[in-house]
Amino acid sequence: MAGSQWELPPELCCRPMAFVALTGLDVVYNAVHRAIWDAFCANRRADRVPISFKVLPGDHEYPKCRTKRTSYEWYIPKGILKTGWMNKHLNLVPALVVLFYELDWDDPTWKEKQSECATKVEIVRTSLQGRNTKVAVVLIQKKTPLPPGEDLVASERAATLCNACDLSGKSLFVLPHTDHLVGYIIRLENAFYEHAQTYYYTEIRRVKSHKEFLNKTTHQLLFVRHQFKIAFFSELKQDTQNALKYYRTAYSLVHELRAHETNMLEIKTMAGFINYKICRLCFQHNTPLDAIAQFRKHIDLCKKKIGSAELAFEHSAWMSKQFQSFGELFDEAIKLGLTAIQTQNPGFYYQQAACYSQDRKQLAQQLCQSAASLPTPEPAETQAGGLDFYGQRPWRQGHQSIDPPDAEKEKTGILVLQIKERDVPHSELIIALLSNAVAQFKKYKCPRMKSHLMVQMGEEYYHAKDYTKSLKLLDYVMCDYRTERWWALLSAILTTALRCAYLMASVKDYIIYCMELLGRASTLKEEQKLRIEKNLIKVLKNEVPEAEPECDPSSVTAARSLWSDRMALAGSNELNIEVQDYIPFIQCKARFQSPSFHVDQPVQLQVFLRADCPHPVSFNKLSISLSNQEYNQWCVVESAGKESMSLEPGKTQCYNFSFVAKTEDVGKKIEMTGIEVMLGSDSGRCVFLSWRGAGGDVASTHEALLASRSSRRWGRGVEARQELDWDSLTMQPSTMVISRVPKISVQLSHQPPALTNEMYCINLTVQSQEEGVAKDVKLTAGLKPGQEATLGQTTHVTLDGSKVCDDSAPALLPDLPLGDLNPGQKLEICVHVKCVSTGSRVFLFHVAYSIDTTVEGRQIVCKCHKDDTVTIETVVPFEVSAKFMSTKFEQLDRLAVDIPFLLMTDILSTSPWPLLLASSSLQLLTMTTNTPQLQSQLQEVVLQTDECASECFCLRVPPMNSSNTVATGQYLISWRRKSSGADSPLIQTTVTLPHVILETVPLYIHADLPSFGRVRESLSVRYHIENRTALVQEVEMAVEPSDAFMFSGLKQVRLRILPGSEQQMLYNYYPLMAGYQTLPQLNISLPRCLTANTHSLRRFLPQRIFVKPQGRQLDEASIAAA
Amino acid sequence: MAVCIAVIAKENYPLYIRSLPTQNELKFHYTVHTSLDVVEEKISAVGKSLGDQRELYLGLLYPTEDYKVYGYVTNSKVKFVIVVDSSNTSLRDNEIRSMFRKLHNSFTDVMCNPFHNPGDTIQSKAFDGIVSGMMVQAA
Repeated sequence: MAGSQWELPPELCCRPMAFVALTGLDVVYNAVHRAIWDAFCANRRADRVPISFKVLPGDHEYPKCRTKRTSYEWYIPKGILKTGWMNKHLNLVPALVVLFYELDWDDPTWKEKQSECATKVEIVRTSLQGRNTKVAVVLIQKKTPLPPGEDLVASERAATLCNACDLSGKSLFVLPHTDHLVGYIIRLENAFYEHAQTYYYTEIRRVKSHKEFLNKTTHQLLFVRHQFKIAFFSELKQDTQNALKYYRTAYSLVHELRAHETNMLEIKTMAGFINYKICRLCFQHNTPLDAIAQFRKHIDLCKKKIGSAELAFEHSAWMSKQFQSFGELFDEAIKLGLTAIQTQNPGFYYQQAACYSQDRKQLAQQLCQSAASLPTPEPAETQAGGLDFYGQRPWRQGHQSIDPPDAEKEKTGILVLQIKERDVPHSELIIALLSNAVAQFKKYKCPRMKSHLMVQMGEEYYHAKDYTKSLKLLDYVMCDYRTERWWALLSAILTTALRCAYLMASVKDYIIYCMELLGRASTLKEEQKLRIEKNLIKVLKNEVPEAEPECDPSSVTAARSLWSDRMALAGSNELNIEVQDYIPFIQCKARFQSPSFHVDQPVQLQVFLRADCPHPVSFNKLSISLSNQEYNQWCVVESAGKESMSLEPGKTQCYNFSFVAKTEDVGKKIEMTGIEVMLGSDSGRCVFLSWRGAGGDVASTHEALLASRSSRRWGRGVEARQELDWDSLTMQPSTMVISRVPKISVQLSHQPPALTNEMYCINLTVQSQEEGVAKDVKLTAGLKPGQEATLGQTTHVTLDGSKVCDDSAPALLPDLPLGDLNPGQKLEICVHVKCVSTGSRVFLFHVAYSIDTTVEGRQIVCKCHKDDTVTIETVVPFEVSAKFMSTKFEQLDRLAVDIPFLLMTDILSTSPWPLLLASSSLQLLTMTTNTPQLQSQLQEVVLQTDECASECFCLRVPPMNSSNTVATGQYLISWRRKSSGADSPLIQTTVTLPHVILETVPLYIHADLPSFGRVRESLSVRYHIENRTALVQEVEMAVEPSDAFMFSGLKQVRLRILPGSEQQMLYNYYPLMAGYQTLPQLNISLPRCLTANTHSLRRFLPQRIFVKPQGRQLDEASIAAA
Repeated sequence: MAVCIAVIAKENYPLYIRSLPTQNELKFHYTVHTSLDVVEEKISAVGKSLGDQRELYLGLLYPTEDYKVYGYVTNSKVKFVIVVDSSNTSLRDNEIRSMFRKLHNSFTDVMCNPFHNPGDTIQSKAFDGIVSGMMVQAA
């Protein structure tokens, strides 16, 4: 490549390493030697000393050393640095020559071998005549050496060998060829490295010593050269700190040189080399800021040193190379662990390099116009095929005067360079640099910079006439600029893209870019838009468009023929373009008029179109596709005949569509899936612009946002704008089809709250207000789904109210057919609900039917439904309590066995409605009735709210052994609401009676006595004393005297009662006072049985009796007296 | 002084760009646009560490061979960018700051205009005047 003139020489860019030559090794035929050599050169990792080894034959000719100059007095240097110098010291002149020789200490022919070795050393020495290169000898031995000092023969022979070869002891090595070869080799090379360092040290000293002979006037070039050499030797010596120091001096010396047009290139070349070395070392020393500072200084110093104006492109090329190589150094340092930042990364240097390459291209285009052919002989070529000094002109090498020696030669030389420059593939260079930069900026989070560079790449491809690649790149970044709304930049990119599309005759791309350049985002001037629109119309008519301005004329002719070929091709004249991701010149927004439509209404939608181009634009078809494709046929408008529809610039055009939704779509969404506008006609070229959804484009969301914020919307009022504000038009891409509004009434009548377990009746009245017959009326009634799960199990719904339903009845009755309903007809249904538990429930009544209607002349069957819900509370109808009492109406907490007692039940109504208690009954366990027949005392009793009904039963517990707690039985009540009809079923409510504790008594006493007494009339009381135990009981009885009574009978008695038998005691009481009187107290004690005391026995006995006063007796005596 | 002055909306689209008419306008558009990379990075970096405490002046965004680009971000994330010729070494940081402050004040005035829609491009003679004042001194 022609750019290689500016490439840095590889010997400059490599890391200098000490050069050591190995001789006497036969690596081809001798396996031992081969192994040694491999050990030297294989596996050279960073931990091994930096030496570059080379195998050379023993009689190798090293470069001749020129005779040392003793005086510089008359010496005029011809240039700064010879082109071969670096290579010479890297690869040709060794720091050390090592002679390998196979010789064991106990070799039988020691003498001969020794002298042969000496001869070989001598040969090497001769060919290194005049150089300071060291020589070392390595003896390859088969035997493992003894520890030093023990082998006397060895030390003696070593000394003689050294003598014979004129070597110092330090330069003789032994390499036993045993197992530990690599270990020996590493020790050897470390020793070599020391020798090499000494060599370079002496070289540095030698170069330094020249300095005193130099003078500032004639030897300026030598100052630079010597500093450079010292620095380079220091690098070879691996003394990078000093190398950096000397390079820096060299750098400042370079800029002190007298610069003129003839040597400008040489100065810049050397400055570039030294700068490269400095930056490289700075990065190596991990001082990147020093490197950057040095580079900035370098650029600032050299930027203006253009040199010959006719070869100005050379300067740009050189500058570009400076930036590029710095970028590469930077990048390499990053790979080795340096961290770069967003604002300081290699990308900037690559970018600048590209920038200078672009300059170079421009300059080359300006300067290399003269189309002369290459003159012969070519003065730019030197006979030797290369230059002696870096940066010199081939036609005047070594010439250092200000004016060129031969003006004619100079002219042709420049001409040749210009002609050569013409052939340089500039675009390729630029694109390579740009893509390097892109990669870097991508890494350092600079998306916009990346886009910018990609635009430049695209433009460069355009210049290089690679339009496909150009378009690919431009297209890729366009959308970034579009979404960020940088219209000026987008327009510029589009313009380039349009040119590419034109030159490629890519119809689709051409149309797309035209459309966008005509759109509102384009910043092009009006006349350009006019021109573009004209071209677009031409393409639509299948004609060849006019060429874009600023296109290369030769390419334009090529493009013309491409276009006409394309136009001639039949078919493929239909193009579909998705415009949503662009900002096209026709804007489109569509909306359904409402977010929902009833199925018996027509669905209405509007499409708004607006053109932004300067001329009116006509189109032939507008169609909308919807999610249900059957509707699409209603949403098309086509131009009739020749008359096409037209959009005025800047005006909003509205198209209305309406259609009848299908009944199957009730409850579904209708969405717009796309909108298509057809430009052009079948005769020419059809272009379908298509939008997804309800239109809009990249910019419209933001515009709508701005419009909503805008103060303009408040300013309306005075002049009500006829035209819609485009930006504030909102899109409505979908609508719901909902069922027709039902024209029936559903009324519920019931009497809340519901009572537990009752058959709660809800009366439903359905009346039709339809004009036609409501068909297939169906009722769904019951518990509304989605409530608490337990409610479903405790609620039962039935239509049959004649009997109490069981648990199998469902909670929801679905789809009960009710037949048809004529207009005005009324239907009544009674739904019965049984709620087993209390709480509130939501009931749903859903009446559905279908009806025939006509929408816009079309017959459709609509399904309508009406829902009604009601919340019903369920409460307990009454509360039941039961208690046990003694025959004296005293509350009992335990029951005595075989002694009659009373069971009292209370029913307290809590229902807000009157209740009818039909009957009640007892189901007894354990105990039996004391009366012959248990008869309910609650027959057909009506209880109002908070009223209470009580019953009393006399019961007895038959004798039994256990005295534990026992269940007593159940109390059954059958009831209904009073308001419900006589045929409505009765509800059985079962109440479990409380458990009681039983006890047995040893003795039972009861008294027969009349219900009342009368003053001064004898009343006889008979006490029965029963022994309830299995033992004979001795009883002591005593009657205490009382003021209210006189009495006769046994006052105190002791008697015995046999088991199971009874004793009777008769007393005649004679009351003395009227009113409630306490009977004379009967004290009973069981001396044998201590468990029963008087007190517990006494509770069986009557305590008091009512004594009536003595009335005026109408007896015979008094009558007679009267 | 300045060769290009730009105001960028919160959403990173240009509200106002003015450059020296003698030079390639498009190039400045690109320069301003690419500088947003650095602005964004700086804003996000500050947002994390200091919360609300942020200096509006962002300083030198990045140097190119020919220009220096300075940035400034208002609390409502509107960005100001000033591009200065690299050769103009006399310009101090303080002067740039004061330019930004002047620009910010004038911008606030524009926003206070009840007839201005926030989000629209700036079309104000007063603002033009302030910007011209900063650009003219270079000539």
